Amino acid sequence: MANSLFVMAKAWTNLKPYFLAMPQAIALGVFLIFPIVLIGVVSFWEFNGYSMTPAFTLDNYIGVFTSDVTLKTYLNTFKFVGLTWLFTLLIGYPVAYFLSFHVPKLRWQVLLFLLCTIPFWTSNIIRMISWLPLLGREGLVNQLLLGAGLVQQPLEFLLYSDFAVVLGMVHLYVIFMIAPIFNSLMRIDRTLITAAEDMGASGLGVFREVIFPLSAPGIAIGSIFIVTLVMGEFVTVRLMGGGQAASVGKLIQTQIGSLQYPLAAANAIVLLTVTLVVVISILRLVDIRKEL
Amino acid sequence: MTKITRRQLLYTGLAVGAAAATTRCAAPEGTPNNPAPGPEVNTNQSKDVTLRLIGTGVSQINEIRDKAQEDLGFKLEMRALSTEENNQIAITQPDQYDIFDGEYFSLPLVVPSGNLQPLDVSRITDWDKIVPFFTTGKYEGLPVETSQGTAPYRVMYLKGADSTEFSETPTDFATLIPFQYNADTLGYRPDLVGRTIESWGELFNEEFRGKTSILDIPQIGIMDAAMVAEALGLMTFGDKGNMTKAEIDQITDILKEQKANGQFRAFWKTFDESVNLMTSGEVVVQSMWSPAVTAVQSQGIECVYAPLKEGYRGWGGGVGLSKNLSGIELDAAYEYLNWMLEGWVGAFLGRQGYYSAAPENAKKYMSTEEWDFWYEGKPAATDMVDPFGKTLAKSGIVRDGGSFKDRFGNIVCWNSTMDENTYLVQKWNEFIAS
Repeated sequence: MANSLFVMAKAWTNLKPYFLAMPQAIALGVFLIFPIVLIGVVSFWEFNGYSMTPAFTLDNYIGVFTSDVTLKTYLNTFKFVGLTWLFTLLIGYPVAYFLSFHVPKLRWQVLLFLLCTIPFWTSNIIRMISWLPLLGREGLVNQLLLGAGLVQQPLEFLLYSDFAVVLGMVHLYVIFMIAPIFNSLMRIDRTLITAAEDMGASGLGVFREVIFPLSAPGIAIGSIFIVTLVMGEFVTVRLMGGGQAASVGKLIQTQIGSLQYPLAAANAIVLLTVTLVVVISILRLVDIRKEL
Repeated sequence: MTKITRRQLLYTGLAVGAAAATTRCAAPEGTPNNPAPGPEVNTNQSKDVTLRLIGTGVSQINEIRDKAQEDLGFKLEMRALSTEENNQIAITQPDQYDIFDGEYFSLPLVVPSGNLQPLDVSRITDWDKIVPFFTTGKYEGLPVETSQGTAPYRVMYLKGADSTEFSETPTDFATLIPFQYNADTLGYRPDLVGRTIESWGELFNEEFRGKTSILDIPQIGIMDAAMVAEALGLMTFGDKGNMTKAEIDQITDILKEQKANGQFRAFWKTFDESVNLMTSGEVVVQSMWSPAVTAVQSQGIECVYAPLKEGYRGWGGGVGLSKNLSGIELDAAYEYLNWMLEGWVGAFLGRQGYYSAAPENAKKYMSTEEWDFWYEGKPAATDMVDPFGKTLAKSGIVRDGGSFKDRFGNIVCWNSTMDENTYLVQKWNEFIAS
């Protein structure tokens, strides 16, 4: 009797983590895995221009891989990813550094951090409308430059260009770089820095040998955010690029808009695979488990 | 004092409710000639009907809904969607709507899904009052009769009650009753252009480099591009409305070249974007929809909806029925369609600058001054005020392009879904990526 109770208790101990993880697993399964599987299934369906029929055809994938649009669009998307990543890192790191090392009080740190999230509060519509009077041909920036005599003609590249797309995405996503870096910088044991200074390390030396390596996991997590967000981006690309800039997300959106679901699904699966490969490469490079 | 417990109260409540319910359910006493008194029995059954409409933002108007509910007695729910969402829902989620309001050019995509039921022409009271171009393809021998593309009459009839095939000749089974339609053309800012725009070709004029725009919807944008290329003599088409692969290749090459030269400032996809581009002066000449021109003008900015010598690009939207409708709901839907053609709606839309399916009915509800301005192309005798209270035209002004006959009669192509639609979308993506 006691023995069987013991066995049951042991079984319970073994099973408990699974039961606890179940709600999350079910939610992920129903709302994430299942839709992705469906997209995968549809990507093999036949498509005749007006309607789709369940079948198994590789035509959609052959279409994706043989079209030179695909390569061009991916290259353009990578360009956006690369530039956005670079600028969010260049802006995000100093901001996070300043917040964690130069703002003394926690309350101020939190307040200033919240300030960084403001760009994220505005909706796409607001952004679409508000960039126009700022960057447009007759916008504030151009008026300022013209008024100061710095340029003779209004600068056209400020809006509806690749520059504008990158600007829009950096503005929108920089918080995703700041947050994880700030987090990892805050976790650095301050005594390590004191120790390094005691050993005679210069300011730059401390940064290079102590702070930077310890914040690498934060950079990696931020980079993963940026890559996954920008790879699938289509709203900012369309609004800031004036519809003239291409990205994989926008390509898929145009196909969905024209009801070409199987082609869009095939493109989505390819995009997912490419994004996962990039993310895995980042994880290979930096061990983010150190963060956890 | 009597004590009332919570339980007693519940019992009493239930009993009263049950009694009331049984009374309502009981068969009405009395004869057909002498119906029993009491509001429940006399209630028109269709009062309980709610029809769900889907359509684009320009067609889902609350004032029309309110008036319809008042006149017809049943409820209408309207859902405003983008052109793309509207088609997606029409095709993939037939249970979500009873009445579909969409463009004729989307029909080659929507009809094969079998989600629309053909309209029984004999149940449409004013069918013969609809502008004949929609029902027969004829209109006073004007150029519109030979217009290319997905012209409404080409997708107006189905072969049978259960058919999803278009019929080239009139049958008793129609797809959509026209709701709004218009002749689209280029809009421009006369203050920034400095002269009159008279040809589609001006869109590629170097003079406006970096200050033009076209639509980023492949099926519409390609038609604008074709009008421009034809006007400039850059290429010719067998049928603009149904291009061959070679023609699509050639026109996208022309577009790519223009893009590389920096001819376009931006492409727009929604109505508001085109308004913003124009009001901000980012763009001085672009392809536009008529209410967008009105929206620019209502901000006090001059904007001309140019009548061009090559003619207009037409668009038309109409209202059709979901296959799920039957019984009293179907009857209610037909009532709505007939009400829509009766004239009040036509006049309402007319005051916004759209044309009505049955203009002579709309005329009954418009003042002589309104009719003369919007349909006859005469100078406005008084200020023209739209249903929302905005003044659209000051006294003395003539409508851009003139009369209904001059504008509608000169439509030379329509928004199109071509046989090579898939290829077109692929090439369009290529153009955007170039």
